[in-house]
Amino acid sequence: MSQIRLWTRSFLLLSSLILTITATAQVDVFDFETAEQEERFRQLANDFRCPMCQNANLTHSTGGVAADLRREIYNQILEGRTDEEIEQFMLQRYGDFILYRPRLTAKTILLWFGPALFFIIGLWVALGIIKRSASQNRNNDEAGSETTQPEDLTADEQARLDRLLSDRLASDPSTGDDSPDDSRR
Amino acid sequence: MKNLKLYIPVLAFLILAVFMWRGLYMDSRTLPSTLIDRELPEFALRTLTEGDQLVSNADLPDEPFILNIWGSYCLPCLQENPIFMSAREQGLVPIVGVNYKDRDNLARDWLDINGNPFTMNIVDDTGRYGIDLGVYGAPETFIVDADGVIRYKHIGTINYQAWQDEIMPVVRELQSAHAEQSATTTGQSS
Repeated sequence: MSQIRLWTRSFLLLSSLILTITATAQVDVFDFETAEQEERFRQLANDFRCPMCQNANLTHSTGGVAADLRREIYNQILEGRTDEEIEQFMLQRYGDFILYRPRLTAKTILLWFGPALFFIIGLWVALGIIKRSASQNRNNDEAGSETTQPEDLTADEQARLDRLLSDRLASDPSTGDDSPDDSRR
Repeated sequence: MKNLKLYIPVLAFLILAVFMWRGLYMDSRTLPSTLIDRELPEFALRTLTEGDQLVSNADLPDEPFILNIWGSYCLPCLQENPIFMSAREQGLVPIVGVNYKDRDNLARDWLDINGNPFTMNIVDDTGRYGIDLGVYGAPETFIVDADGVIRYKHIGTINYQAWQDEIMPVVRELQSAHAEQSATTTGQSS
């Protein structure tokens, strides 16, 4: 009983430790004049990629250059620069890599519209396959395959069919094993 | 016509394979510099040796030179040092150091112990000039021409092979261009 409680407690303790480790973000102490500035700072630091650590944004990076860039963003916000100006500043120095959301240029056009393009190609191919199999089915219908049932027969056709079947059954009774009742009608 | 259609998947595969093959040999750790063929960003910074006196772009060499971002904490810089030392001894090309995010006393000690290949050492202790240069970690190395325009950037350690095959060819080309240019200007003036 106490053994179980001990295990539960240590499990909870361990998992809480792990959780605190993964939730760490870089916290610098910056004083902003307005809440709007702080919000802009958070947004910008989230949107720029750390050039050194490749797959973290500036907010979550422990890299030295990320700390420098965060301070630079802070300074520029206080200097009254707009978000566009700050983005331009970063682009001029670090290139497209710094942006997590790539700009729409001739180089990145495939990146932006590639998925839609492939979706359209896939749709086109799938439609082609569906169409072809549908027309194949129709052809089979016209050829009168064994699986298809005569459903839409006119009264004339139905009478002719009955006559043919009964004739055939009369001349060759061995084939009439399946439905002898029908044949007599 | 029907047979040609059969080759479409093969063609698609080949195109994809080419892209992925190239991707295998692409180094995503080195970002292409946006500063190539642009002027070296302006600066007004201390040097390691001149005390509080500031230097600027005007104090840089009037010939093609190498700009090396380094720090005493940077292990690869230690590997580059002998190459730079021999370059200085042979008078191949001036090397300007940017002491990046370091402490002056540690940097001076490092130079005393390992040798000082630099003709001048700009102090960028805050890393602010590094941002202007698009630097994200020492060592990074720029080759700058006589007009102060950045012509080449090498990210990471320069080993002997990189020095021989990458750095020196660019330096020699710039040097010969510079020699030609100065020959014509002196010819015109005389």
